Amino acid sequence: MAMTQTSGAASPAPPSDRLRRTSLASRLLGRPSAGALLITVFVWIVFAILSTIAGSGVFYSLDGTLSYLDVAAQVGIVGTAVALLMIGGEFDLSIGSLIGFAGIVIGICVTTYGLPVWAGILISLVLTTILGVINGFIVVRTGLPSFIVTLATLFIIRGATQALTAQITQITYIPIAPEKIAADPIAGFFNWSIGNFKVSILWWILLAAIGVYILGRTKFGNWITGVGGSPSAARNLGVPVNRVKIMLFAGTAFSAAILAAVQSMTFFSADVLRGQGYELRAITTAVIGGCLLTGGYGSVAGAAIGALALGMAQIGIVFANINADWYLVALGTLLLVAVVLNNWIRRRFAGLR
Amino acid sequence: MQTTTAPAAADATPLLEARNVSKYFGAVVAIEGVSLTVRAGQINCLLGDNGAGKSTLIKMLSGVHAPDDGTLAVDGQPVRFSAPRDALDAGIATVYQDLSVMPLMSISRNFFLGNEPTKGFTPFKRFDSDTAARIAREEMKNIGIEVRDTDQLVGTLSGGERQTLAIARAEYFGARVLILDEPTSALGVKESAIVLRHAISARNKGLGVIFITHNVQHALPIGDSFTILTRGRSGGTFKRGELNADELHRLMGGGSELEELQADLEILAKREALGEGTPTVPIGEANPGDVFNETESL
Repeated sequence: MAMTQTSGAASPAPPSDRLRRTSLASRLLGRPSAGALLITVFVWIVFAILSTIAGSGVFYSLDGTLSYLDVAAQVGIVGTAVALLMIGGEFDLSIGSLIGFAGIVIGICVTTYGLPVWAGILISLVLTTILGVINGFIVVRTGLPSFIVTLATLFIIRGATQALTAQITQITYIPIAPEKIAADPIAGFFNWSIGNFKVSILWWILLAAIGVYILGRTKFGNWITGVGGSPSAARNLGVPVNRVKIMLFAGTAFSAAILAAVQSMTFFSADVLRGQGYELRAITTAVIGGCLLTGGYGSVAGAAIGALALGMAQIGIVFANINADWYLVALGTLLLVAVVLNNWIRRRFAGLR
Repeated sequence: MQTTTAPAAADATPLLEARNVSKYFGAVVAIEGVSLTVRAGQINCLLGDNGAGKSTLIKMLSGVHAPDDGTLAVDGQPVRFSAPRDALDAGIATVYQDLSVMPLMSISRNFFLGNEPTKGFTPFKRFDSDTAARIAREEMKNIGIEVRDTDQLVGTLSGGERQTLAIARAEYFGARVLILDEPTSALGVKESAIVLRHAISARNKGLGVIFITHNVQHALPIGDSFTILTRGRSGGTFKRGELNADELHRLMGGGSELEELQADLEILAKREALGEGTPTVPIGEANPGDVFNETESL
């Protein structure tokens, strides 16, 4: 109420003379994935040097590269969907337990019920995706923060997986016969490899590419960002907010099932404890990739690059002859530096007020 | 866009009407028996102090809440909105003070959120970003804002420009009634003027405008009629020229407080001029003296 004296309808609109032309470099830095790219290049340089000092140099050899790519792929497979969900303004902490659940479903279908492997994978994908839909449904119906809802479902799904597996099979680790997997028509999509090049890397790239396409090139992608930016404004503009959110939760669950299929086909087994810690690592990749915890902003490509940094750090420490216990220290440091860098870049180059 | 000259006759069928609507939240009377009318080519200012029920009324008109009693009518026909989408489809667009644009989305993506143009065939239908950018740039230009890069985030725009974007968007998507919810309350003088100009140009294009504000100085120069809300009830509707600013203030329920404040300020100014120094006694009943002491010692 301080400036009411001089306003009037007659004053002319000032021309927009407040925009300045910006350089290509600063426009590139204005992209949400810029920080992740810088961080990843930095991580590569650090571990290349450390690996050289350690005398091996394996880190930047083909084998070294393929081994960190595989580690990156594991988390990257779920990272894309998690990034989309975060851009949509929600979290999914139940991802880790969904990975365990999905693997066990395959294991039980194949061993206890004697179904073919492909049927087990299909059933696992469907059931796990349904759990994701339930996650989303609870979130939109109760209006509770998804952090709380999926923390609860994390416990519930992990606990139920353990209890039911123990009841059905009397064990918590289900071996799957390798010859059954080798004879299966679709198992190869999840465990194919040439030397150290694993198919998981292709899944990671494929899912990231789909995610980039959805977010950047489709109507639904625009809705995701809008829903994360402000659900009420998006709703007022006619965006089906609840449907978008439920689909995003279904997406994270689906990608968890894909990862579970890759793991169980590669390791010839299922384990109730598999996937532990993936929820936080996936969120870490998304945050390194430039996603805001508050939603409405972020990058799928950034999350894929963030997964790469994670993989490099995890494997790089081993190649540098450093005790692997330091991995978590490196991961935490990486996360902090990335967030600070992303914040700075966003202020400096995206020109936000 | 049909921007024909529509000098609507005052007795034409109202575009949008609320007839004796009421809304209760539990025991709280948010709105009771309020009527509001907006005709094509007119600006109806809805005035009321904070908490008078302006937002509740607007939420009913824009389909967020359904009225507990009374009816809404579009073109004279009673309607029921069960979602904001229904109101939008009836040509009623609402621009909320701070809830209408996403600061972290680009200008063109904001412009088309919920109405994205697509190209390609069904499984590969994609967001037509070129068309979106072109139209957003044109429409922003029409309404007076030159955008160099429509990929720019809306967060880089000023508050007035954000309101303008929301107004341009509403007009582009065929709004016949534009509801502006406190569009100037967070803006500076110049920025407010820009938004007020857009309200007028929307009216001149034949839209019906409902302009919500608690700021009489913003309402008076642009309003064709004024509806006053006090404590959830209607304080009457008046035509342009029937009331002056003081009378409007009084009807809004803040008149006596403002006069008291003005009297206090005059006393204070006199003492200052006489060099009497800091007054130590409370001035007026509504304003404890220590507030003034504090500001003066600065």
